[in-house]
Amino acid sequence: MEQQFDTSKIGMWLFLATEVLTFGALFAGFGLMQNKYPQEFVEAHEKLKRWAGSTNTVVLLVSSFTAVMAVLMARTNQAKKCAMYLWLTVGCAGIFMCIKAYEYTSDFEEGLYPAKYYSHVGDLIPGSHGYATFFSFYFMMTGLHGLHVLIGMGLMSWLAIRASRGEFSDKYYTPVDLVALFWHLVDLIWIYLFPLYYLIT
Amino acid sequence: MSTHTEHAENPKAETVKYSITLVALLILTAITIGASYINFGSGNVVIALTIATIKGSIVALIFMHLLHDKPVNAVIGVAGFIFLGIFLLFDFLDVGSRTNPQPINLHPMPAVTAPATAGAPAAADTKKE
Repeated sequence: MEQQFDTSKIGMWLFLATEVLTFGALFAGFGLMQNKYPQEFVEAHEKLKRWAGSTNTVVLLVSSFTAVMAVLMARTNQAKKCAMYLWLTVGCAGIFMCIKAYEYTSDFEEGLYPAKYYSHVGDLIPGSHGYATFFSFYFMMTGLHGLHVLIGMGLMSWLAIRASRGEFSDKYYTPVDLVALFWHLVDLIWIYLFPLYYLIT
Repeated sequence: MSTHTEHAENPKAETVKYSITLVALLILTAITIGASYINFGSGNVVIALTIATIKGSIVALIFMHLLHDKPVNAVIGVAGFIFLGIFLLFDFLDVGSRTNPQPINLHPMPAVTAPATAGAPAAADTKKE
């Protein structure tokens, strides 16, 4: 069992490494385009709601804490508390997605669409591709991140149901541990997304 | 089973450790947001990314258990970031070593094609006539 647990964990870490590279490529593209359109990127980033990004950062950090607590509870044979912490994590993820949905909606109302659908009026450099490029990267990266959050919510709900059935104990808690690892990576990616999109001027 | 029970010996101590970690992460978030309102010029990017890296390391070491885990997991995780670093380094070296890629390709074109474009309207004119 010990060896099985270790092997699963290595597999999970390999997957996380590929996730880092996937998002890394997008970060590289964002960096290069920021280099090309510095003024447009600064102007475009000011259209994002800083309070929403900040709240989401706090929500995700708290959810990371509840995820690690769920692992601790599974490991110490406290099935009910494990399920509770897992549901709390799902709840935090839900808040995150609600704020994100609100942000996307208000962006769309202002015509802040990606690529050729960009239709915002009143930019300082009219006709520049920089604004549309910024929002292409913004929706691509936060969208892919949001997809990870949704997948995490699904996995976490599944585990919470299993935990309340008493399936996890100090003898076997591999799924809880691995999903928590995935969830921390989602948090880690947001830790970089947040300053790059919402804060850097 | 040793590694399974290793962390679980004292759940209360673990809870305190995780809580302190969360508070530290929230404080660092507040610092990042605060620093972004002050203009350090290009220093802002450096500050934001440094704090993000500190936060990421805390998450990886404590929440993801790398600090007490078998080293092989840390090796895989860090390897991912090292390869990402190599990728980013050469990416930005490439872009940084070009002053402005566009004019090099575009400048000669008007000079070369100038006679052709000058001739083209004339040809079009003659057809119209």
